[in-house]
Amino acid sequence: MEIRSSTWISKSFWVFQKDIKSELRTRYGLNALLMFAVVTLTAVSFAVGQFFSSPKLISSLFWIVVFFSSMSGLAQVFIKEEESKTVSLLKLVASNESIFLGKLFFNLILLFLLELIIVPLFLILLGVQIKNFGLFVFVVLLGTVGLVCATTIIAAIVAKAHVKGALFAVLSFPILLPLLITVIYGTNLAFEGSEFSQGWNELKVLISYCVVMGVGSFLLFDFVWRE
Amino acid sequence: MIWKIFTGFLLSGVIIAIFLLPAPQKELGDVSRIFFFHVPVAWVAVLAFFVAMVNSILFLRKNEIVYDIQALSAARLGSLFSILALVTGMIFAKNTWGSYWNWDPRETSVFILILIYGAYFALRSAVEIEERRASLSAVYAILAFLTVPFLVFVIPRVYQSLHPVESVIDTKLKFQLPLPYLLVFLCSILGFSLIFVWVHKLEILLCKFDKDAKKE
Repeated sequence: MEIRSSTWISKSFWVFQKDIKSELRTRYGLNALLMFAVVTLTAVSFAVGQFFSSPKLISSLFWIVVFFSSMSGLAQVFIKEEESKTVSLLKLVASNESIFLGKLFFNLILLFLLELIIVPLFLILLGVQIKNFGLFVFVVLLGTVGLVCATTIIAAIVAKAHVKGALFAVLSFPILLPLLITVIYGTNLAFEGSEFSQGWNELKVLISYCVVMGVGSFLLFDFVWRE
Repeated sequence: MIWKIFTGFLLSGVIIAIFLLPAPQKELGDVSRIFFFHVPVAWVAVLAFFVAMVNSILFLRKNEIVYDIQALSAARLGSLFSILALVTGMIFAKNTWGSYWNWDPRETSVFILILIYGAYFALRSAVEIEERRASLSAVYAILAFLTVPFLVFVIPRVYQSLHPVESVIDTKLKFQLPLPYLLVFLCSILGFSLIFVWVHKLEILLCKFDKDAKKE
């Protein structure tokens, strides 16, 4: 049993490595995400300016940028498999669970990289100060994990549809809404410099969202992926 | 057959009673009568979502297309009823709070329900193969249902609610709603639920005819 589970995990790592390799060849996913984020960030920065920055507004703008950038890039993990007709081969090599986990980690890394670039840019362009940096890091980390947990399975659903277009954003938005409301609230608290105890409620919601969506999509992925 | 006649009489009785009884909330006047339509309609909208989710689970377990048809018909009805709930709620809001729309938590949650239904139909129209459409939309329905507890918990904390929960109607329902009103209200809930069951059956038949017609 232990050997089986270890191969299962290591296979998901293979899927992850394979995606990283193919991403490094084309850099399509990261470029699309990054360019989209920079473009929206520029638009936001022009519109808001440096001198007017209420924490509430800035935190919602920050998550709007993250949400729409991830909508432009995260669906690629499954769509590119369908488009290059490599689905059957992938199925032969790895089990459904390891494919899902590999793709999930890939999306996670992609979004983390994006945030690593976008957060400093955001702070510089909009002149925001984060008064409680620890809380900010926790909220962003958990928000990203929750976002990826919920959207990876939607990416798999969208990849199976004939008309892809705007479907990813349409399907993701209602499901992500509770997460978005909570992270915007939590980020606002971090900007204002609230204590951890005040943000604890947000963190609890985020943790439970990550667990519920992660487990739910992990169990449901089987039904999406089988023919 | 008998229960259909019963539903007809029940709902006619409810409608007559709603307009014959004095308005349930004197300060608000006649507009408060909408309560007897609005709450049952909103209840059916949520009930339909639940029915769609249960049928989606059944479809994934048993892989029979009947469950997909049942889920689809429930979702269709659910979207209709949530729009009705939204409109009746907006009429009430305009007359009591002064604006049709102000992102009240209840308005927000019904709005999200409509978004979910919309996304569900968008997904269905984007997939052509029947089996695949059934399983993908079933997965989406279950996924969407998983977020409901978060909505119930998260949204009321963000926005202040004007919706009558403890102020006007619901506490009265528990403690003060006079017996005739309570009776009419419960009959209205029952009547609308029966209407849902009835139309749901018709929808299922319609979907099956549709499918047969496409085959030929």
